[in-house]
Amino acid sequence: MTILLELQGIEKSFSGINVLKSVDLTIRAGRVVALAGENGAGKSTLMKIISGIYQRDAGTVVYNGKEVTFANARQSMDAGIGIIHQELNLLPELSVAENIYLGREPTKLGKIQWDVIESQSKKYLAQLKQDIDPKTPLGKLSIAQQQMVEIAKALSLNAEVIIMDEPTDALTDIETAVLFEVVDELRAQGKGLVFISHRLGEIFQMCDDIAILRDGEMVHQGPVAEITEDELIRHMVGRELSDQYPFVPATPGDVRIEVENLTAHGAKEISFSAHAGEVVGFAGLVGAGRTELAKAIFGENPIQSGTVKIDGKPIRLRSPQDGVKAQIGYVTEDRKQEGLVQSQELGTNMTLTGLDRFCNVLGFVNKASEAVTISEYIEAFAIKTRDANTIISNLSGGNQQKVSIAKSLVPEPKVLILDEPTRGVDVGAKREIYTLINKLKAEGLCILLISSDMPELLGISDRIHVLSSGKLTGSFDRDEATQENIMRCAVAGQTNG
Amino acid sequence: MKLNTFISENKSLIGLIILMAAVSFANANFLGVDNMLNILRQTSINAVIAMGMTFVIITAGIDLSVGSILAFAGAICASLIGMDTPLVIALLVTIIVGAGLGATSGVIISYFNVQPFIATLVGMTMIRGATLVYTQGRPISTGYFDVAESFYQFGAGYILGIPNPVILMIVIFALCWFILSQTRFGRHVYAIGGNENVARLSGINVKKVKILVYALSGALAALAGIILTARLESAQPTAGLGYELDAIAAVVLGGTSLAGGKGRIFGTIIGALIIGVLNNALNIMDVSSYYQMIAKGAVILLAVVVDSRGKSNA
Repeated sequence: MTILLELQGIEKSFSGINVLKSVDLTIRAGRVVALAGENGAGKSTLMKIISGIYQRDAGTVVYNGKEVTFANARQSMDAGIGIIHQELNLLPELSVAENIYLGREPTKLGKIQWDVIESQSKKYLAQLKQDIDPKTPLGKLSIAQQQMVEIAKALSLNAEVIIMDEPTDALTDIETAVLFEVVDELRAQGKGLVFISHRLGEIFQMCDDIAILRDGEMVHQGPVAEITEDELIRHMVGRELSDQYPFVPATPGDVRIEVENLTAHGAKEISFSAHAGEVVGFAGLVGAGRTELAKAIFGENPIQSGTVKIDGKPIRLRSPQDGVKAQIGYVTEDRKQEGLVQSQELGTNMTLTGLDRFCNVLGFVNKASEAVTISEYIEAFAIKTRDANTIISNLSGGNQQKVSIAKSLVPEPKVLILDEPTRGVDVGAKREIYTLINKLKAEGLCILLISSDMPELLGISDRIHVLSSGKLTGSFDRDEATQENIMRCAVAGQTNG
Repeated sequence: MKLNTFISENKSLIGLIILMAAVSFANANFLGVDNMLNILRQTSINAVIAMGMTFVIITAGIDLSVGSILAFAGAICASLIGMDTPLVIALLVTIIVGAGLGATSGVIISYFNVQPFIATLVGMTMIRGATLVYTQGRPISTGYFDVAESFYQFGAGYILGIPNPVILMIVIFALCWFILSQTRFGRHVYAIGGNENVARLSGINVKKVKILVYALSGALAALAGIILTARLESAQPTAGLGYELDAIAAVVLGGTSLAGGKGRIFGTIIGALIIGVLNNALNIMDVSSYYQMIAKGAVILLAVVVDSRGKSNA
């Protein structure tokens, strides 16, 4: 098979820390290579070196037989390397078509050829089975649809090498299936693909080769067929992960939260209840209304009708303040925009919601007792940080997530809502978060868990509710719940509109 | 390493020291005690306004109405003194009026989702207009009652050889520092500027905090108006024109980010002193006031450029 892109001995350091140590990687035409590794293993850095966003310190990049050095992303794009970033790099105010052709709009006598842009955009979106009007402002689309637009943009580049950095993270299973069809097509066309994912199942389903990075070193390269999932995990973390989902049987206590006929934006007449010492999972496709339901229970999404009771007492929910007051904790799915102040310190972030615990009547903060609590959580949650003054954006995703969970626990909630708690978190940290959830459950916390990672949801929930198009379409006990019957309920509302 | 951190965290202080060293070489009288106290006194009005502005800017807002509030509050205070109102009551009423005007901007910003720039620009115009209407465009004298004399002393007197406005500035500094760094309210101010969504979802009453922040800015602008009126023994309808820009400049020179979420009250004092030293230096060096504006602008630009270069290298 033709070698499209070959990296040899790539080195890269940031402020003295060696993040890539003599890394080799080969991308062949007509093959999909999975790039696996924990967060911080150097995957994104390696991809940014390929696409010219970062410059390598040492090593060679040979593209189509010639040694190349891309000074910026534009040059690599022009050479035929497309990259779909983990974080969406699109402009919400512009239309879908404008986003796809941003910076390379076809012109005639200086005038942009809108008809060409729009018809071409429509064509690429249709390849992805997306029926989106190219004139729609991008911001109006769901995150999953925006991800599809990002992929359409890569297709429109006619790239020979396409790098996908966690493309399925924001996608539902159906959209993921569509994406895989597209990947198959691209493979058949002889493109070289790099696929980065935390979802190991997808790697085995999709990829031909695998390259595993650990702490900046390439620890394994070879065909996917010659490696087992256990071996893959062992290479990634350097240790055996015997049980990925350590379930602890529940001894549910009293009913903690009762939701009755709750209707709010995105959620229709939902009723359920959950007990102390129980993890209740919420399954559903993206856009099924799980986050909307969570935000309604927390007071952020205005409730149109229905009631929420905590310990049998109805509560008023007009704002998140009321949610916090009613002892509801909410760990948002969007750490960057909603969870933590990225530019501020770990410590002040952690105590932001529960600051009252350390304040006297006049609102003076007792910094000594605050510091004790912060360091207790840092230790109990094994948060890897120099100290409590580290700026949040300098922490890895997994550590940020732990701070986020600690933040919602400081005010000592009775009900904890976890919205996609392991999104963008590496395998090792995921396991730590599961252990943490079990520990909180054992301590009698009532946990509502929203997750799009089905094995995870099945692995740690005591019961699972399924939402579809804003309605509750199914409820299962742990022993009845299977991927198949959950998926059947998840798509139920979709077909009936 | 430690020296580096010290330098990068105290750039404005180092800038002030360099500036003072340079000026003292150029003019031997500069470093005298009298001139130093003079600079502190002249700085106090801008510093008091700028400290309120610091809170506003940390929430990622801006308050353009402070100069107009200063003038309006000064006029109210002068007429109260002129009507023989007891000093404490006159001062309290004036400060409450200032806080009320600021809170009004805060309500417009929080509840009607108007950009702070626009809301306070409107405030600046309307309050200036109200001042002109109220004073009929003429200065208001503080009158000849005994209270006028104690009012004058409030603004022009000394305690232990230190001018009263300087003492006020130090008290306000201590208060603002305490609120920002030691209270729940201060934390909420930083959180809102860092990310308003995060703050709201953390159960912070964002609207209330914002209203209080603009109220504080208005109250401190009114206090500045009181000091100015007391020293002049009259309120000028055009007092405080352009003061909002000096206050914003002091905040920015002090290292507070206009993007919000970051800033220190100590930096603002240093920023105000840099402007004060600059004004004083240009005066004692006999630079024409036309050139002074150019020089001041150039120094502010230089400071901000040095600051942002430091950030991108970090």
